[in-house]
Amino acid sequence: MAWSVLLLPLLVAAAILLGLKRWSGVSALVSTGSALLTLIFCILLASGGEAAVETKSYPWISIGDRPSGEEIQAGNFNPHPGEALHIGIGFTIDGLSRGMMLIVTSIGFLVHLFSLGYMKDDKGKSRYFAGLSLFLFSMTGIVLADNFVMMFVFWELVGVSSYILIGHWYDKASAADAAKKAFLVNRIGDFGFMAGILLVWILTGSIYFDEIAKAVGGVGNAQLLNIAVLCVFCGAVGKSAQVPLHVWLPDAMEGPTPVSALIHAATMVAAGVFMLARVSFLIDAAEFAAHTIVWVGAITALLAALMALQQNDIKRVLAYSTLSQLGYMVMAQGVGHGGSDAGMFHLYTHAFFKALLFLGSGAVIYACHHEQDIWKMGGLKKKLPITFWTFALGTAALIAVPFTSGFWSKEAILEAALHEKLHGPYAIAILVAFLTPFYMTRLVLVAFFGKPRTKDADHAHEVGPVMWVPLALLAFLAVFSAYGFVSGPLLARGHADIGHLFGHFGLTAILSLVGLVVGVGAAIYFYKGRDQDPISIPLFRDKFKIDELYLGLVHLFQDAVAKGMDFADRYLVDPLVARFPAMTALAAGSVFRVFNVGNVQTYAFFFGVAAVGVILYLVL
Amino acid sequence: MSTLELLVLLPLLAALAVGLGTPARITALAASVIVLALALILAVNFNTSLEGDGSLQFTSSRPLLDIAGFPKLNLAFGLDGISLVLVLLSALVLLSAVLVAPKEDAIQGSPRLYYLSLLLIGGGALGAFTATDLFFLYAFHELALIPTFLMIGIFGHGENRVRTAWTITIFLGVGSLILLVGLILAVGSLGGTTFDIADLTSRAKSPDHDAGTQSWIFLLLLVGFGILVSLFPFHSWAAPAYAEAPTPVAMLHAGVLKKFGLYGLVRLALPLAPAGAEKWLNLVLLLLLGNILYIGLVTIAQKRLDRMLGYSSVMHMGYAFLGIAAGNVVGVSGAVLLMFAHGLSIALLFALAGWMRERFGDLDFEKFGGLAKSLPRLGLLFGFATFASIGLPGFANFAAEVEIFFGAFAGEDAGMNWIRWATIGALWGVVISAVYMLRAYRGVFMGPKPEKLETPADLAWSDRLPVLILLVALLAVGFAPDLLNQYIRPAVNGLFLVSAG
Repeated sequence: MAWSVLLLPLLVAAAILLGLKRWSGVSALVSTGSALLTLIFCILLASGGEAAVETKSYPWISIGDRPSGEEIQAGNFNPHPGEALHIGIGFTIDGLSRGMMLIVTSIGFLVHLFSLGYMKDDKGKSRYFAGLSLFLFSMTGIVLADNFVMMFVFWELVGVSSYILIGHWYDKASAADAAKKAFLVNRIGDFGFMAGILLVWILTGSIYFDEIAKAVGGVGNAQLLNIAVLCVFCGAVGKSAQVPLHVWLPDAMEGPTPVSALIHAATMVAAGVFMLARVSFLIDAAEFAAHTIVWVGAITALLAALMALQQNDIKRVLAYSTLSQLGYMVMAQGVGHGGSDAGMFHLYTHAFFKALLFLGSGAVIYACHHEQDIWKMGGLKKKLPITFWTFALGTAALIAVPFTSGFWSKEAILEAALHEKLHGPYAIAILVAFLTPFYMTRLVLVAFFGKPRTKDADHAHEVGPVMWVPLALLAFLAVFSAYGFVSGPLLARGHADIGHLFGHFGLTAILSLVGLVVGVGAAIYFYKGRDQDPISIPLFRDKFKIDELYLGLVHLFQDAVAKGMDFADRYLVDPLVARFPAMTALAAGSVFRVFNVGNVQTYAFFFGVAAVGVILYLVL
Repeated sequence: MSTLELLVLLPLLAALAVGLGTPARITALAASVIVLALALILAVNFNTSLEGDGSLQFTSSRPLLDIAGFPKLNLAFGLDGISLVLVLLSALVLLSAVLVAPKEDAIQGSPRLYYLSLLLIGGGALGAFTATDLFFLYAFHELALIPTFLMIGIFGHGENRVRTAWTITIFLGVGSLILLVGLILAVGSLGGTTFDIADLTSRAKSPDHDAGTQSWIFLLLLVGFGILVSLFPFHSWAAPAYAEAPTPVAMLHAGVLKKFGLYGLVRLALPLAPAGAEKWLNLVLLLLLGNILYIGLVTIAQKRLDRMLGYSSVMHMGYAFLGIAAGNVVGVSGAVLLMFAHGLSIALLFALAGWMRERFGDLDFEKFGGLAKSLPRLGLLFGFATFASIGLPGFANFAAEVEIFFGAFAGEDAGMNWIRWATIGALWGVVISAVYMLRAYRGVFMGPKPEKLETPADLAWSDRLPVLILLVALLAVGFAPDLLNQYIRPAVNGLFLVSAG
């Protein structure tokens, strides 16, 4: 069954590419149908509980002898380095991957459904749905992977599907640039990821997660292990858009909004977090790396929240909030074992409410004729009641209103950090809990309340059922996904009980509640009834000028360094290595004159003579 | 005549036939289709259970010259896994290149000379990859090089084509000469009685093989073969040559013939001078980083698509060198797999770029934009080629790179060592190649289309066929690299096994 979950979307993508694309309606339906089918498969898989599932592994690369059973028993996974290499495509079906698959396929299916409406009249509809199917395939591979290289394979493939979908409207320069930027920034992370995989391999002798888990305790070189884990973490920094590689995610909002919901909010960007949870045994063994992970997560959470304060594009506010929440999740992965579970818990709840918020923003954008500036909306509460109420519920979960899902999961992370005495990151995380309610309340007030500020906003109509039904379903999940009847199968990891991390009102709960009240209150005070932003903080609006800094670096490299190299190559390396010795070796002048005749026969004759000469020389 | 002999001689006979007056394109097409069929038949009948030296199959030998005091000269062919993979590569690219070649009436100049040259290049490459006699290995390569020079000079693009042809002639001529000196030294130091490569290889494993001589042999072969493969800093012939060569020649040279240098390093330099290889390891690492990092940056700075592709092909050779430098089964197998993968992907890119040059004139990035909209098939296929070239999983290039990286990282050392550091450097090249390829794709196919740019009709089936042949092979091997690994590993293993004899 795992194989059909993996391959079905690939087949659909291939079928669309190879011919179905001519009938875009059929492509869309086939793609959506396959998403539903994989969802059903995954529900069946998840209902299996913790029982082990035997799946066949496909030997992708097999060079040389496999280690013998005894060698494996003894923990020697790579007895003949350099002689043998075995990499398979196989599956890990445990609580972690079952839960993640449910998230991916359920939100995946709802986004497909929503897209049937949203992309109804798009010219590239077939390509869009092929991209979604390719994404589903790639994401499934990451989640089910039983080894690092397989994860890397699909890691790259989600990158491509993301590239295709961000660049869906590729004739728009901004979308084309955003797609390229996303891919390249991710490649920088993947550079570290691959280096990390190789380092872990020389330290433990294996690329398979279960074998690494067994071998990691015996690694003597703690320094190299820390470096290896940090390198692996680079992959997560890229994919989950942590500082300093966060710059691609806001730009990725150039893609169609359902894509933003699925890939750039709920699932793909969370793959970094998932990967860290998958190798939590490595992080536990590398203390320095774990601390770095906590700090990177915390700093990302804070910086992104600050940037979110001053954005005016509805999708960008949500994008920065995604960055900020991903920061929480990443931070949790470095906290310790309970933290990893808490981070995954937040990943699950966030997936639902953030997908909801993005699809809600999609409905708003669709209704307002592709207007994305919140200051050009207003009064949408009356025009789009279903959208408004579902959006409000998603917001409630995001800003951690008590008893919504987001409240519990954020609480779990903060408690874990406090429990491990990580006071600095804890303080930052609490500060973020003040900022989140502020910027989300600002967004809701400006976009949905007051009077319509433009004609588009005034003429907006509620979206059709194919779009609001997914919203309603997600709204339900956004509120209740923390409770047992939803989260049970999601949280079945078996080895840890996260119940103790939340559910009691201590310092964290009090501080979060204060943050919620202050944040919402301040936002209402500043933004109620406003037609323009009363606050202006250029540093936050300009995202700390980090993009400009990077752009400068890119220009430096492309314009200065690369051109310098090109210059050196033309005027230094080429003459020194080639022309000068060649010229002196051959009394060039006379030979050149022959060529300048431009006579083909002379030319051919010359070669013929030379060839015969060489052969004669050799034979005699 | 054995199947293998037929495979090698067929293109040469076809070239002769074309020279004598048979319809050029049809003859060439028929010959290359049969060559591909024969290559596939050989692959199917290949016995993968034979190990090491014993894995040489389909052997044949015809004595030609026997002069007292000189090594015997045999026209001898044989196929082990490494040769087989390169034969498959040659056959695929040859067919694709012949399909891409213009119809007779569209050729300015003699169509006969054109197709005859293509067939000679193909036949020469096939001969060089399958000859088990050192003399013919060398001679077949020369046989393929000469028409390459001719084609660039006569049928090439641009005003500088004669000058470019001249440059590449000098470069590769000098390379071949250095190589020749190295080979003579090798043969001499190994007794001077045989040209048989297997015999030479087993002699080289003897402890009497002087390390000092080995050092010289390896250095000469490294520089000689290195020039042929555009090893840094001997690379400056490559980009202009590919930019100005006729499309099928660029495909055949970059895709197939250039691999001869790598093939020679694997087939001759490593086994004939193992101690030399060890001694010069750090130099090789330095030079290959020159290929990957330095040339990578030069590639970014290019302003024309064809030159950029030319430089990119130089850059990717660095990875093959890394696999060879690893000096173990996994790394060298990866290098051989990369020869196959890179050969197909660069031929694919040159085929598409050539199609564009025919229709747009020159290939300055500046004038392009948004082509994917008006030429969706070209955009799609170029997209596939782009991602193949930057080593996306699913394409053979990725599998080869993975093998190379793991091979280079393998070893007994617990911590970092020189080759592992070099591998980290090479990994950064993966970012660089994504930068230039995606920038190019962004600039040419995405974004708004410049108003002045007029677009021709999209690729017809006859244009797509040669491209699809290459693409399907790349994907098949990418999904199942063991299709080729099963051939490659036993042969590579033979390079490192100390023979019992």
